[in-house]
Amino acid sequence: MSDDDLAFATLTEQRAALAEKKVSAEELARCYLQRIAADSGNSFITICEEQALAAARSADAAIARDGQTRLLGLPIAHKDIFCTNGVRTTCASRMLADFVAPYDATAVARLAAAGAVMLGKTNMDEFAMGSSTETSYFGPTANPWDAERVPGGSSGGSAVAVAAGLAAGATGSDTGGSIRQPAAYCGVSGLKPTYGRVSRYGMIAFASSLDQGGPLARSVADLRLLLGGMEGHDPLDSTSADVPPTAGAEGERASLKVGLPKEYWQNLRPEMADVLAAAVEALGRLGHKRRDIALPHTRFAAPAYYVLASAEASTNLSRYDGVRYGHRAAEPADLQDLYQRSRSEGFGTEVKRRILTGTYALCVGYYDAYYRKAQRLRRLVRDDFLAAFEDVDVIATPATPTTAFPRQREGVAADPTTMYRQDVFTTPASLAGLPALSVPCGRVDGLPVGLQLIAPHFAEDRLLALGEAFQRETDWHRHRPPAARDGQAP
Amino acid sequence: MNATDWECVIGLEVHVQLHTRSKIFSAAATAFGAEPNAQACAVDLALPGVLPVLNEEAVRQAVLFGLAVGGRVAERCRFDRKSYFYPDLPKGYQISQLDEPIVRGGQIAIDADGERRVIELTRAHLEEDAGKSLHEDYAGHTGVDLNRAGMPLLEVVSEPQLKSAEEAVAYFRALHALVRYLGICNGRLNEGAMRCDANVSVRRPGAPLGERTEIKNLNSFRFLDRALRFEMERQIALLESGGAVERQTLLYDAERNETRPMRGKELSEDYRYFPDPDLLPVEVSPALLADARARLPELPDAKRERYATALGLSAYDANALVGEPKRAAYFEAMLAAGADAKAAANWLLGEVAAALHREQADAEAHAVDIPIPPVQLARLLERIADGTVSGKIAKALFEQLWRGEPDGDGPDAVDALIESQGLEQISDTDALASLVANAIAENPGQAAQYRAGKTKLLGFFVGQVMKATRGQANPQQVNELLRQHLDEGA
Repeated sequence: MSDDDLAFATLTEQRAALAEKKVSAEELARCYLQRIAADSGNSFITICEEQALAAARSADAAIARDGQTRLLGLPIAHKDIFCTNGVRTTCASRMLADFVAPYDATAVARLAAAGAVMLGKTNMDEFAMGSSTETSYFGPTANPWDAERVPGGSSGGSAVAVAAGLAAGATGSDTGGSIRQPAAYCGVSGLKPTYGRVSRYGMIAFASSLDQGGPLARSVADLRLLLGGMEGHDPLDSTSADVPPTAGAEGERASLKVGLPKEYWQNLRPEMADVLAAAVEALGRLGHKRRDIALPHTRFAAPAYYVLASAEASTNLSRYDGVRYGHRAAEPADLQDLYQRSRSEGFGTEVKRRILTGTYALCVGYYDAYYRKAQRLRRLVRDDFLAAFEDVDVIATPATPTTAFPRQREGVAADPTTMYRQDVFTTPASLAGLPALSVPCGRVDGLPVGLQLIAPHFAEDRLLALGEAFQRETDWHRHRPPAARDGQAP
Repeated sequence: MNATDWECVIGLEVHVQLHTRSKIFSAAATAFGAEPNAQACAVDLALPGVLPVLNEEAVRQAVLFGLAVGGRVAERCRFDRKSYFYPDLPKGYQISQLDEPIVRGGQIAIDADGERRVIELTRAHLEEDAGKSLHEDYAGHTGVDLNRAGMPLLEVVSEPQLKSAEEAVAYFRALHALVRYLGICNGRLNEGAMRCDANVSVRRPGAPLGERTEIKNLNSFRFLDRALRFEMERQIALLESGGAVERQTLLYDAERNETRPMRGKELSEDYRYFPDPDLLPVEVSPALLADARARLPELPDAKRERYATALGLSAYDANALVGEPKRAAYFEAMLAAGADAKAAANWLLGEVAAALHREQADAEAHAVDIPIPPVQLARLLERIADGTVSGKIAKALFEQLWRGEPDGDGPDAVDALIESQGLEQISDTDALASLVANAIAENPGQAAQYRAGKTKLLGFFVGQVMKATRGQANPQQVNELLRQHLDEGA
């Protein structure tokens, strides 16, 4: 296997190669570390060369003893929102640029216990607030399909790492689409599990009632492998669910009823519509039946999401005050000055915007008009889905309205609401807490398009089985970005 | 100024520190007096990514309280975030309960001028304590100790039904006794285990409620009393001189004995309450309620009633014993060891109370336990009753018991102490008769005077006999024998 083929092999293939001793975990880790070092796309904030090689060597020792943990020796990257004991965790913010947690996030600890090798920490939008990975204090990340375009966000670094062959799989977090949208823009597979499936402990909070960790990888089968290493009840997270693992118990079903909500499918750009229609046809070829359905409150999802997520964020980020850790303003004149300057200097524009929006939404006099109303809308959006799942097994939608948009040019003021609109198809499942998958399903003008599949709560098995079947029927997930096809890092 | 022209209206909010081993939302220990920040874990420090997990024991204790005061225990309640910035509040919000407290209503009975009066409770809710800001010792800086951050508090809010400082203190005392009977608070006021905020207003009888002020953080009965008196007089003087009371938050300065407006924290700010998405709603199950009911001890009112009717104690004694849970427990242990109820009450409220007061001038501190095992004090009382020792000797013995002089903790050690010192009372009539005869023979002059009608000299002869027996003669017998002998010789 060439280095390129090794780097672009799926976790499932790498697992087999390790078991058959065709490659060692150390060789695998070195292969990725070299590629990361040569890469100019800025997908990593921190590279953990020494730790990765040490973990790989101990994996090799375990393999030599016939060790058989789920992810033994497989190299992955963590979004820099997951705390890692002894390795800095920045959340892509100046506020935490030097923060080193004295604990691992539960998801990180579980993946490590399953034998995964951490290559490093990936770039993201600051505090996961953004859809382009441009709000990172550590600079933007390039989309490997077109370096002038964004990779999506906030898990942009993880999506790019997988797409560009810099990691075999990666963790991400999804609050309103932060796994699915960058997966779609970068042509990789990404899963936002049911809210509560993966522990939030140690995953730096953006919006607590929406945040959910999940995997990004080159195939749906790989997502299943990674999810199995992350999921499960955690006594340290009161909102984590005590449910059976995603063990393939439900299995693949011959014929599913796939709902196509008209609110998502009407008004699509024709090129997008064509590609996505072909994906639905592929589902038909697998024996699944399409049903046209309605989710009438869809248009309220994004506005409700921005109110609720910002409200929660405004308090979740109050702890960054310069008192105990994180950025602290130099020579504060008094307490007020310490707070004001530490936070003004430590947070970027988008984070400040959300804190202000959220603070406003919670103020006496505005609470009913914003926070309470958004909660009501959230219930309506959720009820739409629950009613739909009375009739259909799975819902299929475009993951995003467009393909990756161009990077913001310097000096051009961005209109935040343009970016917020990228989330219209991903926020509804987030509000409803449903599991949702994005799989590559074609390209428009050379840029990847993602198909989103949504299932009822905790029906990840069904979702993953359908995604796996789709990827047997199609090969979009096998396509490599042009720079990588030319044999060089993008 | 005539105080009877004015009516005072007082409501108290008492923060009761619950008696749990770990904090309300973290596993850190709750012991008092540790080195600053030695008992603050990642959750208490509000490090990124950490999450609160509710301590079930705090819920159980709140339920116990709710049942004890006859309040309505919510089947389901929830926690809210209360946002404000202060260095000793690490998250930038306090987890509290706004509109779904765990207990609503309930009553606490107090003694007001010898009458029982029932004070209604508004509510009791669970919340976490903040840390401490240390303004001294850091030359221009403020130190922060987060050991107290996350300590479990039950905030008990009374209706504004208290009419005087005496009533307020009586209510605080009754609550203080109740929570200790329930075992949900150690009651150590000097360690801040109960802190009280008082809302105070004055009005002309029959007039609508006046504007109120709130005095914060009163941590002793004496300070509550003095602060209320000062504040009521301040308000009355202000109103009588044509001024108006301004709604404000005050601090009581014990050294100067005055209240003054609070500085430092921003007050009257918008706390932006909203439900904490990190915590699930709390369900109080029927099983938990039943368990709490089974654990409910005999409550003060029932105990008082029992002491008066079944044991025949005066209302005053019953009150005095019940008012202090340790004293009541000691009393009951003495009864169990066979002591007479009235004698035990007399000793506890007399000698024992005096000795405790001598040991610890601050009667509010409960650091001093009665150092005598109850069985020993019971045995001493038994020996007085059966005439083995005189009352006077008993008092001397009591001091020896207090100093721990007996050899062992059992009752027989008391007898051994009496024997070893030869302190048995001389009640042998023959022996006493010869002592009496000696005393008369040695003092013929005084005997003659007595016989001539100066009967006051009986005391002189009693003194002589006592001196000869080092106080061990049974005084009643000596009196009788002396009279007999002196009269015979007349």
